[in-house]
Amino acid sequence: MTAPLASIGAAALGFLAAIGRLAIFTGQTLSHLVRPPFYGREFATALVQIGYFSLPVVGLTALFTGGALALQIYAGGARFSAEAVVPQIVAIGMVRELGPVLVGLMIAARVTSSIAAEIATMKVTEQIDALVTLSTHPMKYLTLPRVLAATLVMPVLVGVGDVIGIYGGYLVGTERLGFNAAAYLQNTADFLEPLDVVSSLVKGAVFGFIAALMGCYYGMTSDRGAMGVGRATKSSVVAAAILILAANFLLTEAFFSA
Amino acid sequence: MITLSDVHKSFGTNAVLRGVDLQVARGSSMVVIGGSGTGKSILIKSILGLVQPDSGTITVDGKDVGTGDRDAFLARFGMLFQGGALFDSLPVWQNVAFRLLRGALKRPKAEAREIAIEKLRRVGLSADVADRLPAELSGGMQKRVGLARAIAAEPEIIFFDEPTTGLDPIMSGVINDLIREIVTEMGATAITITHDMTSVRAIADNVAMLHGGKIRWTGPVADLDRSGDAHVDQFINGRATGPIEAIR
Repeated sequence: MTAPLASIGAAALGFLAAIGRLAIFTGQTLSHLVRPPFYGREFATALVQIGYFSLPVVGLTALFTGGALALQIYAGGARFSAEAVVPQIVAIGMVRELGPVLVGLMIAARVTSSIAAEIATMKVTEQIDALVTLSTHPMKYLTLPRVLAATLVMPVLVGVGDVIGIYGGYLVGTERLGFNAAAYLQNTADFLEPLDVVSSLVKGAVFGFIAALMGCYYGMTSDRGAMGVGRATKSSVVAAAILILAANFLLTEAFFSA
Repeated sequence: MITLSDVHKSFGTNAVLRGVDLQVARGSSMVVIGGSGTGKSILIKSILGLVQPDSGTITVDGKDVGTGDRDAFLARFGMLFQGGALFDSLPVWQNVAFRLLRGALKRPKAEAREIAIEKLRRVGLSADVADRLPAELSGGMQKRVGLARAIAAEPEIIFFDEPTTGLDPIMSGVINDLIREIVTEMGATAITITHDMTSVRAIADNVAMLHGGKIRWTGPVADLDRSGDAHVDQFINGRATGPIEAIR
């Protein structure tokens, strides 16, 4: 009779415990921001790995999305004679929503998985223990540089994604849908507001923080063996994607609710 | 002197250490033997603070290992891990000089590299391997790089976790001889975990057998064959029958 209730209770307690563990891990990570030593070389490496090497995937994702968005808005707008709003809607759609969210999800796929797999493998092969015996704190050496680099570099990636996405819409608009090039750019520039850009970059920073943190958290808490590494990698990407989408909703509410 | 008193450690319902008492004199080489899964690695990880014991005390030179400056404490130790635990993203020399490139023992890069190459030579590896990545080395070479890393900062205390596991008999002999030479030459205190009896006889001054979560027998290596303990006799002679169950 009480078994279903007990199961629900156990699941709820497990969920709360997981949130608690993640909160403690986040606090520990942030606490190392103000406690030397700092590992500049690891930070620089993470910047290049997360930022520079993500540019192709971010660029291609944004380019195709911007182009598809222009086609959709043109086709949808034609139903009520609003085809002319393509530049404005592409701009606002890319900058406010699609740019940060798609870049965030691509980073979750590319970077979160990579961080989780790398750290989990280090854990199961005792490399994390080796770091400790070599007087190096794993959170300082592995977690903080990655989380900090992702938080700082993601706004840049989102900015690049926004521009390339708008350019994708511009290409389709001018080459396929017959828009005047100068008018398209003018409409885009006139319609965008500073808050649109600020919200986009802030979202980028938050999504970068989430993506790297999830990779580090699941890597550090991985179980043993190949299955443990696989589970950590999968869980990190799922958790990062869900948290990014949830954070996107909250940030949109914060920036744009009337 | 390393002293463990009534150390307990459980993982869930699995009580691994059930009151370990052990003393390792300064400058001596202690080898801990015991079957797989008896908690030998947990024992040395407890001393290093990588695993927190549930109860009991562990002291090094009279000081509790859980108190005081952790970095200064760890700087006294070197450890060779079972699988080497080399950092795959760093070339060999940076693995060896890891401690010398950062933290309190930081040296200029050129000096750290020079020390790393000297330590590599000490374990029988040429300077050619310095710029290779660990994945490009054989198992025996990785073990030797791990050994070079363990001794790079000239620690007072060195732990060796299964130093010959997975190596052929000749390479095992090389590693055993190296460990013995290094420990003698550096005057370091050493604890080695192994179930390789050739290693025990090559490395040990003293031997302790861990069984059932406790130290079953301890004494000089010369007394190992006349310990008078049935568990020790069965283990060192590799007999399937005796007080230690083969299926655990």
